[in-house]
Amino acid sequence: MTMTADTRPRTPHTETRHLSMQQALNLALEHSLAADDRTLIFGEDVGRVGGVFRVTDGLQQKFGAARVFDTPLAESGIMGMAVGLAMAGWRPVPELQFDGFSYPAMNQVISQMARMNNRSRGTMPMPITLRLPSFGGIRAPELHGESLESLFAHVPGLKVVSPSTPNEAYHLLRQAIADPDPVVFMEPKSRYWQRGDVLLPAPSDTESDAATAEHETTTPVGTSNVVREGKHATLISWGAMVSTCLQVAEYAAEDGVELEVLDLRWLKPIDAAGIQASVSKTRRAIVVHEAPLTAGLGGEVSAIIMERCFDALRAPVERVTGFDVPYPSGALEDAYLPNADRILNAVQKTLEYRRG
Amino acid sequence: MAPWQVVGLSRWPARRALRTMKSTENSTSRDSNPPVAHRSFIETNVTRNTAADTSAASAAAGTSAPSAAEILPELYRQMSIARAIDREAVNLQRTGALPAYAPLIGQEAAQVGSGAAIDKRYDFAFPTYRELGVAVAMGVDLTGYMATHLASWHGGLYDPVASRFAPIQAVVAGSVLHAMGWALGQKLDAGLAPVGRAPNEASAHDSSNPDANEPAATEPDTSSAPIGAAIAYFGDGASSQGDVHEAMNFAGVYTLPVVFFCQNNGWAISVPTENQVAGGSVSARAAGYGLPSEKIDGNDVAAVYEATARALNRAHSGGGATVIEAMTYRVGPHSTSDDPGRYRSLDEEQSWRARDPLKLCEKRLRDEGLAGDEFFTEAAAHALEVSEQVRAGILSQVDRPMHELFDFVYAEPPAALLAQRDRALEEIS
Repeated sequence: MTMTADTRPRTPHTETRHLSMQQALNLALEHSLAADDRTLIFGEDVGRVGGVFRVTDGLQQKFGAARVFDTPLAESGIMGMAVGLAMAGWRPVPELQFDGFSYPAMNQVISQMARMNNRSRGTMPMPITLRLPSFGGIRAPELHGESLESLFAHVPGLKVVSPSTPNEAYHLLRQAIADPDPVVFMEPKSRYWQRGDVLLPAPSDTESDAATAEHETTTPVGTSNVVREGKHATLISWGAMVSTCLQVAEYAAEDGVELEVLDLRWLKPIDAAGIQASVSKTRRAIVVHEAPLTAGLGGEVSAIIMERCFDALRAPVERVTGFDVPYPSGALEDAYLPNADRILNAVQKTLEYRRG
Repeated sequence: MAPWQVVGLSRWPARRALRTMKSTENSTSRDSNPPVAHRSFIETNVTRNTAADTSAASAAAGTSAPSAAEILPELYRQMSIARAIDREAVNLQRTGALPAYAPLIGQEAAQVGSGAAIDKRYDFAFPTYRELGVAVAMGVDLTGYMATHLASWHGGLYDPVASRFAPIQAVVAGSVLHAMGWALGQKLDAGLAPVGRAPNEASAHDSSNPDANEPAATEPDTSSAPIGAAIAYFGDGASSQGDVHEAMNFAGVYTLPVVFFCQNNGWAISVPTENQVAGGSVSARAAGYGLPSEKIDGNDVAAVYEATARALNRAHSGGGATVIEAMTYRVGPHSTSDDPGRYRSLDEEQSWRARDPLKLCEKRLRDEGLAGDEFFTEAAAHALEVSEQVRAGILSQVDRPMHELFDFVYAEPPAALLAQRDRALEEIS
């Protein structure tokens, strides 16, 4: 099963390394810390132990306890401190340990971080990257498997992004940290240990923002990525579900059905033009996400397709999503998450649809 | 440790009278819409460290403030200004010019006294929505400040960075954690880590590794420049918010240069302190976080000034955070939409009016020969003059242009938002 196909080259690169997503994220953080000495990493257990997923492993040793530090166990405090540090001209990269732990921090995220640039009329920008291990699939306890992209995407002032591969993880995290606005960076925790090629910039560029700037010009914030080309229908997804969709495309290809797979990457801003380009070509679309169906981002994607591809569409947009239930315990996790069978059923329904 | 103490009036001997003090406000600008700020006597007219200063406020780290007695007349003038603008704002609300307003009457001493102790070279204030007196004392553009009540812009129209006064915060306790982050930033700027060293850091620094950071010491260093301090304003009601408790814990764990300034004004809209604050005291909670605290007479402007200056000095010199609970009284309603007659007695209000902070200050100035009739006449005239400027500034504020809906949502707005803006502007034209 291939999950790391990047059909578009990213920045000019001189080195390819085979890394897990966790290692790629760690490297991106290291390079961002080196590139800008105002960049700070903090959160619960990110210092000595290197984070519960080891994404910050070794960074405190490399950069010192004034750049990478542990906080008391208080998520609202972490995000409120991030806002204050940004007001003082720092570039905070806080980690909230699990998706569901962002609920106690929502007041600071929504009422404060997302609004401070606006409240201060642009005099206090918030270049904060909230790293949030997200989504399900690891048999974790309650509130460790939430998919919150539609909550964050609904908040004016936030940007939201989720990587699908180690290479995406490296470049999107560097881009998020360099961005002058608050970004919620949703890390698909079920993919932390899957490996892939990471295309790194020249060593001389890794510890500067030059590579990030170059990446920004070639792949600006809000750009989606066609990870597999096809012509019969488009699977639209993000985060951990992208690899599931690639697997489905492999199965479909055995039956002669060529599915395009679009990795949205950015969930705010959404790449409406990228969606339009793909669906105008394939004329059928299936949106796949882990989050519950109702008011999920699949509805937004579907509306974009309706607005931009109405005449081209051969079938209604299908949504394959989690259900409108609390994210379940491990015993029922597989029953909740979209899987290949459910996605293939939706593909088939789309292909068999006839008007009238 | 005595967790708190009440600081009384008798600490300061009478000093020289300052009857001849000149007005220092910028009242003559010909700009059609000039910023109105009361320029502080403290900043402009006092040469620091020259007074034979015996007060506790003069201590350490090169940030010695003038003693309270020296600036008491100026504090009175600033309280007069705050009250005059406050009265004007209530009137403007009654006539419909302001949609709503949250009066500060009764809290002038707590606000002016603390605001006057702030050193804008180093410090930064985090207000909520009832901090007009602090804004006066800090020289914030007062028309820009009142813009929040005019519903022109939520955060106000002053420059928060240059003013060292964060955007107005509508949510109680919302900004207290921001003060922790800002203060941590000052500590980091001073080369200090939040807490001790990383496990391997010491050996890294002992080696010849040129990339190693400066050692992350946590011992207070009083020899160098003062560490900038944040002052977080909140009330007895806000003290119930979890963010205040998280902030105090962060401040204790990280030894942050912070002043928690609680104005306990007796009422959170209709709920009295006794039904709000378990244990009866916000300052008593500080001990649980390992923080020193003072419970002070919030209507005694000198006491407030001295306590705030002490706390700021402690922060400047690396001594960490202090909790100040200034006991005062919200003489007016919570806001112009509120009717205190529904929940409290007139007798209670009257008893506090007897402890009016301006009257208390006037009495002391007269008793100690620091000011006489001429001074009070001038102060009243000056306050009226400033409040009329603010009134004129409020009434001349123009409608906000529609594009401002979109202008500041992001530093780098997504194309989709710009498209929404362009379509909206096109549809309205």
